[in-house]
Amino acid sequence: MLSVDVERRTGAFETQVQFRTDTRVTALFGRSGAGKTSLVNMIAGLVRPDRGRIEIDGQVLFDSAAGVDVPIHARRIGYVFQEPRLFPHYSVRRNLLYGHDLAPRTERYVDFAHVVELLGLRYLLERRPGDLSGGEKQRVAIGRALLASPRILLFDEPLASLDDHRKNEILQYIELMRDDVRIPMVYVSHAVDEVLRLADSVVLLAGGKVVAAGAVRDVMGHADLGAARGLFQGGTVIEAQVVAQDVEDEIATVAFDGGSLLVSGLDALIGERVRVRVRARDVSIALEEPRAISVQNVLRGTIVHIAEAREGIVEVAIGVAAITIRSRVTRRAASRLRLATGMNVYALIKAVSLDRPGIRGA
Amino acid sequence: MELTAEEWEVLRLSLKVAIWSVIGSLPFAAAAAYVLARRRFVGKTIFDATIHLPLVLPPVVIGYFLLLVLGRQAPIGAFLEQYFGIVFSFRWTGAALACAVMGFPLMVRAIRLSLEAVDERLEAAARTLGAGHVRVLATVTLPLALPGVITGTLLSFARSLGEFGATITFVSNIPGETRTLPLAIYTYTQVPNGDPYAMRLSVIAILVSLAALLVSEILARRATAASKGRDALG
Repeated sequence: MLSVDVERRTGAFETQVQFRTDTRVTALFGRSGAGKTSLVNMIAGLVRPDRGRIEIDGQVLFDSAAGVDVPIHARRIGYVFQEPRLFPHYSVRRNLLYGHDLAPRTERYVDFAHVVELLGLRYLLERRPGDLSGGEKQRVAIGRALLASPRILLFDEPLASLDDHRKNEILQYIELMRDDVRIPMVYVSHAVDEVLRLADSVVLLAGGKVVAAGAVRDVMGHADLGAARGLFQGGTVIEAQVVAQDVEDEIATVAFDGGSLLVSGLDALIGERVRVRVRARDVSIALEEPRAISVQNVLRGTIVHIAEAREGIVEVAIGVAAITIRSRVTRRAASRLRLATGMNVYALIKAVSLDRPGIRGA
Repeated sequence: MELTAEEWEVLRLSLKVAIWSVIGSLPFAAAAAYVLARRRFVGKTIFDATIHLPLVLPPVVIGYFLLLVLGRQAPIGAFLEQYFGIVFSFRWTGAALACAVMGFPLMVRAIRLSLEAVDERLEAAARTLGAGHVRVLATVTLPLALPGVITGTLLSFARSLGEFGATITFVSNIPGETRTLPLAIYTYTQVPNGDPYAMRLSVIAILVSLAALLVSEILARRATAASKGRDALG
């Protein structure tokens, strides 16, 4: 259980954050400048809050009222930074062992050989950091943080400096760690797909404040994110399972509670659980079942809510079996179709418009 | 070229004085460089200027002040002799001290520059891995600043080998005790027919300096390669 309640003012920017989480992976999500990095720095002890309290599993790390401020090195909080920050004068092996050797023997819960195996570092051990690629460096940095046997592992946009291919690779390693080591993680990101893929819960930050917090499905699917609007497009997150993979057409069928969707370019095996995000602006509405149309996903549902128009755009919530799909249409279209709550409609979603979804371990 | 017994003595003394001046001043220079590179405090500018004084003052002035403060009649000098048995004036230890003072600003500058180049983000990373301040200093900061430490040590060593004014003022020109290479050369230029001897000693001075330069260059190159995270090949 991580519990954070902090305030800090730097110049004109004020951070005032309060949240508690006990999920395995908590995402701190928000656009740059939302105060995410400064928040994890406060948890790690690199930045001191003006006021507040930080607690992990019942141990107080910071409490301004009680005058508690555990020094960084005694907090036992792993930190994977945006840059790898490897020690250039040490070999990969000595980098990995740096925190491992400093951790109290009784507190060590990961084994050197195991982490080396898990992160595929065996062939790098005797190399110097200067010769490694960006992805290799970040893997060593992750291993180094993990080997210190921390109480919690903080990731501050660890993929920011990597290309897409490497990003995916590192994400897979992080997933592996999440499922294998079962250490609580706090993952800072401004990328929706990373959050969908890794996190169990999300704390949405904007302007140094918590805008929303809760389960990934609830926070990321929510359309009315107020201050975070524009940060990412509103939409729906559907938890589904891959039931078919057409290798020839490179199209997958995923089933959710009460329906199924066709998704293109999905890199997942049959039986794997995935999260599919449907952007509200990618969903069209038809009153009758369309025929002879390229759109692959036609879902029958009932309008459960129509939000008030903003800038000429209306947001319609359509109940499809157990889930609610959001659609954004123009006010003109809504009035021409005479959309109203309770109407039976068809939601049309192009298979190619679906976000490459995050693959979830079962 | 065969060295005479007297030349050996001068050379040995010079190296002894230079080596001890470097060893003695290194911890203080490193501490001063760290404070200047990393700390903010009132009077930092004055502290910085004071350290640089030996670079701008005539060496004779430094030697004279040392004599005033550490001479056997001076309060501090008398105190050191009475309670610790340490005597600087007219001893080779005094020559080493004079050299240390003269080389101090060079050493501090070089170490300070390389300390300022050490990425503080690496130190933060080390702290999150469980290292306290002292361990971070010993395992991250100093190893990464090593090229500067080597350069500073060499500069100070070379300065010590060549130190003349402060030495002759503070500890005089005593054969076998304080007569280092420059003092010996100077002495030979003052006596009739001394030129060949002065020339031989000058050649020795050149060779020693070249050797020191070479060694430090190799060491600094290795240290730089190590701190950049590559194996030393070039």
